[in-house]
Amino acid sequence: MNALKIPSLEIVYLVSGVLFIIGLKFLSSPARAKTGNLLAGIGMILAVAVTALDMRIVNWTDIIIGGLIGIPIGYVSARVVKMTAMPQMVALFNGAGGGAAALVAAGEYLRLSADNATTAANLVPILLSLIIGAVSFAGSLVAFAKLQELMTGRPITYPGQQIVNALVVLAIVALCALMLVGSPTPGMFIAVAVLAAILGVVGVLPIGGADMPVVISLLNSFTGVAVAITGFVLGSTVLIISGTLVGASGTLLTMLMSKAMNRSLANVLFGAFGSAPKGEAAAAASASGGPVRSASVEDVATLLAYSRSVIIVPGYGMAVAQAQHAVRELAANLEKRGVDVKFAIHPVAGRMPGHMNVLLAEANVPYSQLFEMDQINPEFEHTDVALVIGANDVTNPAARNVTNSPIYGMPILDVDKAANIIVLKRSMNPGFAGIDNPLYENPKCMMLFGDAKDSVSKLASGVVAA
Amino acid sequence: MSETLLFELTVFVLSIFVGFEVISKVPSMLHTPLMSATNAIHGIVVVGAMLVAGSAIGGEIGRAIGIAAMILATINVVGGFAVTGRMLQMFKAKPTAPDAPAKKS
Repeated sequence: MNALKIPSLEIVYLVSGVLFIIGLKFLSSPARAKTGNLLAGIGMILAVAVTALDMRIVNWTDIIIGGLIGIPIGYVSARVVKMTAMPQMVALFNGAGGGAAALVAAGEYLRLSADNATTAANLVPILLSLIIGAVSFAGSLVAFAKLQELMTGRPITYPGQQIVNALVVLAIVALCALMLVGSPTPGMFIAVAVLAAILGVVGVLPIGGADMPVVISLLNSFTGVAVAITGFVLGSTVLIISGTLVGASGTLLTMLMSKAMNRSLANVLFGAFGSAPKGEAAAAASASGGPVRSASVEDVATLLAYSRSVIIVPGYGMAVAQAQHAVRELAANLEKRGVDVKFAIHPVAGRMPGHMNVLLAEANVPYSQLFEMDQINPEFEHTDVALVIGANDVTNPAARNVTNSPIYGMPILDVDKAANIIVLKRSMNPGFAGIDNPLYENPKCMMLFGDAKDSVSKLASGVVAA
Repeated sequence: MSETLLFELTVFVLSIFVGFEVISKVPSMLHTPLMSATNAIHGIVVVGAMLVAGSAIGGEIGRAIGIAAMILATINVVGGFAVTGRMLQMFKAKPTAPDAPAKKS
């Protein structure tokens, strides 16, 4: 296969790989991130351009047909997607990549079996790429459906679930073993693909919506690994380098995210988070019957306007309501009155790490006002008002002391240490993890019910008038 | 073990280390754009899709697989870079100490 390549052009793939690495490096600093994306994009264009000269390509029709369909779909959906739906969009693009890797493996299998050239040595990478790609494809679609609320975000569990999942894995392993030692048939190949897709679905179903960021990150690294193995299948070093880069960095990112929630990755994947002892947790928290103070916009605006310091805690509610611009306006109006305003960003606030940062950056909130959990937590006790905008689980004190709560042990923002707590919320419905929040019964806590954008806009003008 | 496979394994193992090293110093505020950028980079599978779609083997089924691979891979690569660009568009340089939150230890 290597004989079909033009060796002098291989150097361009190396340049592509280097550009990807430098691009990722640049993405670690806000100032250079855009350049990083540009460099990676140039690397991609170079790789595609060189591939166009590959002698294995004898017919351009299908490449052009596929490109003419895929390019507009990818571009348009990336342009029109709302910032709040960004996590789902990344999940979909990731699923597409996984599906493509599985299909490339299928294409190679077809070519090899047409030549009667299938051997154990070339089947192993083909099957691995097929399985991981199909798992990533199907799993990403389920993650998308959960985040888009096409299906319930709650964990879906049933008796014997782990056994069913284990049986699917066993069936895949058995089929692959049969193909490697015996004579592989296209039927077996298709069965492996279908089973792997089923594995992706049943693997993601029992994971709750609150854990989707971790799952998307993990599936992202899966696709990376699938692409790297596709590189072994096709003898392409640029696929190996790029896929492995994504696989390794995605794994690291996934572990960082699990760590931020104080849970192991295994616990996220197999813990059926949120379906755990919900009844008991609710009873311990007794939120259903507890007294909750509701406040008017005027009350809250006055309290904010005459505070010395305010810490704003944004969450998914802000994202859903598209309230980030109103939040920026409120912060600016408060600062004009001499109030010290800071933003507290929990590592898993929203649906992806950094989700809040992206939204607040969109609304022109300077980075210098955003603080990570470890930096801001000691400040709550010296703060007059903690203003929680659509964040729930990341402020839930049950994580500290209710040992049977599904989020027990997750580090939270210490909003309950502030002198006053204001919670902006649509209703008393529990958060994405599906558990009640005893914070709302805290005597220092006032609830302002309503759409976050509407409430914050009213607060922004109310603060000026106060 | 063939010489090619050995070479490929070397590249693979070294890339793992580079992947870990390159990511370990990213502030959490850039995690979403970063995940999106890595998502775009695995769109490199488009190179594989081109080779499969362009090799014209396997009859109708082979063509269908090739075209489908091209569609999915181009969605991944084009959408991935476009969405990352949109996210980063929002990180405009601010006069007030743009790197402040990046000081996380």
